Amino acid sequence: MAFTSAVITFPGSNCDRDMAVAIEQVCGGTVHRVWHGDADLPDNLDFIALPGGFSYGDYLRSGAMAARSPVMQAVVRAAERGVTVLGVCNGFQVLTEAGLLPGALMRNAGIRFVCRDVKLTVENNQSLFTAGYDAGQQITIPVAHHDGNFFADDATLDRLEGEGRVAFRYAEGVNGSARNIAGVLNDRGNVLGMMPHPERMIEAAQGGSDGRALFESVMRGLVAA
Amino acid sequence: MKVRVIVTLKNGVLDPQGRAIHHALEGLGFAGVNDVRAGRVIELDVADTTSDAALDEMCSKLLANMVIENYRIEKAA
Repeated sequence: MAFTSAVITFPGSNCDRDMAVAIEQVCGGTVHRVWHGDADLPDNLDFIALPGGFSYGDYLRSGAMAARSPVMQAVVRAAERGVTVLGVCNGFQVLTEAGLLPGALMRNAGIRFVCRDVKLTVENNQSLFTAGYDAGQQITIPVAHHDGNFFADDATLDRLEGEGRVAFRYAEGVNGSARNIAGVLNDRGNVLGMMPHPERMIEAAQGGSDGRALFESVMRGLVAA
Repeated sequence: MKVRVIVTLKNGVLDPQGRAIHHALEGLGFAGVNDVRAGRVIELDVADTTSDAALDEMCSKLLANMVIENYRIEKAA
C-alpha cells in the first residue's frame, strides 16, 4: 500500500515545504500539497499534516482564521472518519481553534518568541505517533513560537493526563505551558498537536534526527493497519 | 447598526501581555497599578435586522475563543 499524505498550506505557512520533505524522506509515497482555499482533500489520504508558520498573519488569534478556512472543514471531516492528522506549531494552534484538540495556545509566559532546541520527554509511547520512541525517552526537538503556552482548565488537564493523551512534555521551562505539556492527542488517538518541530530533526545534517521516529511511527502504524 | 464586541480573558487565565504592560507602567513611574488585563475590541457595522442570536454566534464561533475568553456585546444607541 502506497502511503498517501497531504500537507496543507495556508497563506503565511512557512514550514510546509520542510514538512513535505520530511514525509517524503521518511514515509515515501505521494505527498499532496493542498491550498487552504480547496474545499476538498485528495482521495484515500492516510495522513494529513498542518505545518508551522503564521497563517493569516496570526490575525485575531494564532490559528483562528485558518481554522475557519474551507480546507479545514474537510480536515475536520477526515479526522472524524479516523484519518491521521498531525499539527505542528501553528498547525497545533489551528487544531485547537478548529476544536479537534482541547485547550488553547496563548502568548508565551515570558512574552518573547522562543526559538531554540528544547528537551522533550516522550510521555506516552503507545500512540500511533510515538510508538517508535521508548516511554520516558528524552529527545531534542526545536521550537520556534510566540504562542505556545498551552492552557486548559484543571479538569481537562486531569483528563488528558489520566487518559494518556499527553504525548510529549517539555523537560525544561519553555513557554509556561500548563503542566509542561508540549503535545496532546485527541480522545481517539488519531490527531496529535505539538509545538516542537519534528520535521526539523529528520537527519544528522539538521543537527539531529530525534523527529524521525515520529514519522516512522505513523507510517508503520498506518501501513500495518 | 454599530456593534462593539469586547473580548476579555477569563478570570484565572494568565495574561502575559497584561503583566508586561503592568511592568511597563511601573517602569514609567506610575504607582498604585494593582493589575492589568489586556483584551480586544472589535467594532462591527451590521444590518439593523441582525439578531442577538446571530451576534452571539459570531462571537462564540470566531471573535472569542471560549476556552480562554469571554465576550460582551455593546450596541450603539
